[in-house]
Amino acid sequence: MDQLNVKSVDKAYGGVIANHDVSLTVPEGKIVGIIGPNGSGKTTLFNSIVGHHPIDSGEIHFNGKEISSLTIPQIARLGMLRTFQQTHIYGKMTCVQNMQISSDIDANWKRIFNPFSKEVDEMVDELLAFVGLYKKRFLLAGDLSFGQQKLLEFAMALMKKPTILLLDEPTAGVNPTLINGLIDRLRQVNEEKGITLLVIEHNMRVIMNLAEHIYCLANGTMLADGKPDDIQNDQRVIDAYLGN
Amino acid sequence: MITNNKQNMLIWIGLAISAVVPLLLPNYITVLTYIWVMIILALTWDMLGGQTGYTSFGNILFFGVGMYVSAVVQRDMFSSGLDRFERVSEIVVNLNASEYFVSLAVGTLAGAIVAVILAVILGSGILGMRGHYFAICTLGLGHAAAEIASGIDYIGAGSGMVTPIYPGELALSKEAFYYYAFMLFAIVTFFLFRKIYQSQFGLALNAIRDNENKAESMGIHTTQYKIAGWSIAAFFLAIAGAGVGNVIGFIDPVEIAFSGPTFGVWMIVMAILGGKGTIWGPVLGAVILYSAKETFWTYLLGWDKVALGLLIVIIVVYFPKGILGYFKERKQLSNSILSQKGEG
Repeated sequence: MDQLNVKSVDKAYGGVIANHDVSLTVPEGKIVGIIGPNGSGKTTLFNSIVGHHPIDSGEIHFNGKEISSLTIPQIARLGMLRTFQQTHIYGKMTCVQNMQISSDIDANWKRIFNPFSKEVDEMVDELLAFVGLYKKRFLLAGDLSFGQQKLLEFAMALMKKPTILLLDEPTAGVNPTLINGLIDRLRQVNEEKGITLLVIEHNMRVIMNLAEHIYCLANGTMLADGKPDDIQNDQRVIDAYLGN
Repeated sequence: MITNNKQNMLIWIGLAISAVVPLLLPNYITVLTYIWVMIILALTWDMLGGQTGYTSFGNILFFGVGMYVSAVVQRDMFSSGLDRFERVSEIVVNLNASEYFVSLAVGTLAGAIVAVILAVILGSGILGMRGHYFAICTLGLGHAAAEIASGIDYIGAGSGMVTPIYPGELALSKEAFYYYAFMLFAIVTFFLFRKIYQSQFGLALNAIRDNENKAESMGIHTTQYKIAGWSIAAFFLAIAGAGVGNVIGFIDPVEIAFSGPTFGVWMIVMAILGGKGTIWGPVLGAVILYSAKETFWTYLLGWDKVALGLLIVIIVVYFPKGILGYFKERKQLSNSILSQKGEG
């Protein structure tokens, strides 16, 4: 079943057409990749999907429900979360606090003036250990290195128990040893927790290994899509990257 | 970080001293009352200004609204209505003890409720704005309120109004009553706010301060949290306003109730000096700034404002994050050095 279905979405910023007639489908439980040269409209597409800005035309269905007119928090609470290309964490709060606040606090608003429950704290410890930040849990998130912040942001997203994660360049700026660990963890959450992943990635080695299906954007339009091997050998994709 | 238990012990020692001080220094009782008022003002400002990172210049609005609503209820609750030909600003209501305290309690509560309603309505309008835009929007609130209050005859318009006279037959003097009332209220405010900041709600406010876009993308309804925070602040601030109106005994729209240059600015300066975004910062800032202000006024009359300005400059230059913010940062630094050592 298709969990996320984007149908011919258009988005323009003033005169600049960022997305034109973009369609893609993400089946439940799969890992789907999006590649494309810089400025090809990948992040714009993410922003459209999560409700960051209204789209000009087209439809976005999530689990069969039209979501293109919903707000960011509403979509987030349906189980679709995104991480950012530049890390977005709460810098002046400790890692544990970053994780706690990422739990579903609105779900039990009657307890809003209480501290976090034991279950939340256990989940925090478990997920921080999962991404390898357990030792640093009482540090301010802003003092972590960029790569560690990416791991923290990934763990924060998992706190929400999402059904689909939109990852915007998860390995950008992360050192090569950490990248391997990150890929393993992405696979692990996909297999064990059944979380669907939609990944924007520039690192070809990473995306070819990770994704089962890849879409390639160029100049705001969908250039090609297919299995990693097909995309790798697609002349149009090679041309787009080399600038022909 | 000092644990709550250690903090509580310090608090109880401080309170024991505070409870005795007015008996030892009866001449200073009004000044001491104002220190408690200032603590409440700074604490309430910090809810949005420090914990949520939304600088509000308009919180004085709730202070004045609480003051006026309470005064009107106190005036009209037990009296037979206004004499048409009397000037409102000259009406002085004499109540017996039970009438006085009942009307004071009802008036204070009414003031707080009106303030909360105002905070919700205004908040839904302007708390959708981010950062500086919100700050600029709040700039006019106090001034506009003063202008509006100056035009309503029912509350004495520009001439202001007089709060009921404290019943004379009581053993407890007016000064002592308000000192202990404000002391109690400041303590309640402090503990409640500390509980709030240690709760899920408090962490949500901090998350908005650190990265509102992220908080929103994680499903937190940020505007609702901001409105709730502002409403809580308005509630406590209005109660303080109701009390201050009675301490002074006279309400003027520009000079007292909606006085931006005094209470309105002090609450911000005190919170920032002490360290905004901490629970003890506003308390510390309030005590230091108000004590300094009174001392300078007593000994350096004429130059008191210069001295106060100098003090503020010194603190801002050497402690840009406030006094407590400075220590908190050093603490965090040593924490992170320790953990790095532990790793190596």
